[in-house]
Amino acid sequence: MIQIEDVHKHFGPLHVLKGVSLSVEKGEVLSMIGGSGSGKSTMLMCINGLEAIEKGRISVDGVEVHAKSTDINRLRRKIGIVFQQWNAFPHLTVLENVMLAPRKVLRKSRHEAEEIAIEQLRHVGLGEKLKSFPSRLSGGQQQRMAIARALAMSPDYMLFDEVTSALDPQLVGEVLDTLRMLSHEGMTMIVVTHEMRFAREVSDRVAFFCKGQIHELGTPDQIFESPERPETIDFLRSAI
Amino acid sequence: MSYTFQWRPVLRSLPEMLWGASVTLEIAIMAMSVGTALAILLALAKRSNLKILSRLAGIWIEVARNTPALFQIYWIYFGLGSLGIGIEPYSALVFGITFNNAGYLAETFRGGFSAVPEAQIRAARSLGMGAVPTLWHIVLPQMLRVTFPALTNQMVWSILMTSLGAVVGLTSDLTGVTQQLNVVTYRTFEYFFVSACLYYVMSKICTIFARLLAWRLFRY
Repeated sequence: MIQIEDVHKHFGPLHVLKGVSLSVEKGEVLSMIGGSGSGKSTMLMCINGLEAIEKGRISVDGVEVHAKSTDINRLRRKIGIVFQQWNAFPHLTVLENVMLAPRKVLRKSRHEAEEIAIEQLRHVGLGEKLKSFPSRLSGGQQQRMAIARALAMSPDYMLFDEVTSALDPQLVGEVLDTLRMLSHEGMTMIVVTHEMRFAREVSDRVAFFCKGQIHELGTPDQIFESPERPETIDFLRSAI
Repeated sequence: MSYTFQWRPVLRSLPEMLWGASVTLEIAIMAMSVGTALAILLALAKRSNLKILSRLAGIWIEVARNTPALFQIYWIYFGLGSLGIGIEPYSALVFGITFNNAGYLAETFRGGFSAVPEAQIRAARSLGMGAVPTLWHIVLPQMLRVTFPALTNQMVWSILMTSLGAVVGLTSDLTGVTQQLNVVTYRTFEYFFVSACLYYVMSKICTIFARLLAWRLFRY
């Protein structure tokens, strides 16, 4: 379970997170929606400790993420993250990209790591691209590779940070299909997204972020059919 | 008074000169390998938050880049000598060129490091990789690609710098061998002409080899 309690964060004078509290259960798919600059991506980065927090507490399976005593590299093994800019390692082939962390972090043998990587790459439909360099792949393929790379660590949680925002419209579908597949497989996921229809379809709950706070939290039906807060209503009107 | 070229003595001593060339190459390769490793450490030290570390790296880089290489070799040979630490001309030259290479390359690498996007580091760290594996597997390979042309130049420059061994009395390298043959025969122009040709060929071979290496390494 991921527990977020009263988290605050500044970027310089900008108060980006103003007391966010939330918990995500095992097996749940939670979408974070909201305008740009509302703090949802920052919130995501805090969950695996890529961003520090100033106040509050985040724990994953009872382990506090920002505690000094926490072995953050160890904790990150169970939290996969996929970024908006997929960040493929350009000097490694697709296969090597996915094999790297299992080998160097989980200390798997080359053979074992290769098996894991091939399995995950097939899973996301890239079984034919093993020896290609990322530069030869489309944005959608690179993003799916990034998903396979995170999955190769067999994480318990997956975080997705606007994974379709940098893609050409015709490539969005293939990536969303991959996310859909993962949610059907029971993966616990937090998805920051601007794809409202997708959020509505796959989420168990939706959190609406506005000005560094969660303004509304509920089932997709609650949020999309009968939002209560005026900010939510405004946002949904402009977003859909 | 006219000067007639005589190439025969030069050609006869070609084996000696080639041997000298191999010593030259050996010095350059050593100074380049150690210099590159030191340069990476210097570039990291320069970016370090530890003031003392970045200050020391800064001084090294400044001195190496802004004083004559010849003086640097002098300082090592005579400076250490005056401290009672005797040192061979050969080692003085290797250390001197290493010092110079490290300083120049550190500055190149500093730029190279900033050319690797922060997002690459984030992606690696998010997979649970520590700072050192991230540096080794993600940052360094990309940084070396960006700086590879500069590395090649520095290698050529190292080969040519070995000729400075003359100032500390090195006799085994190509310049040293040439100098000695010249003193015996006074065929100055011929010897130094052939010697220069050998330097040229070594530099060219290095450049071509580097190009092949880059073609092999950086296929992406």
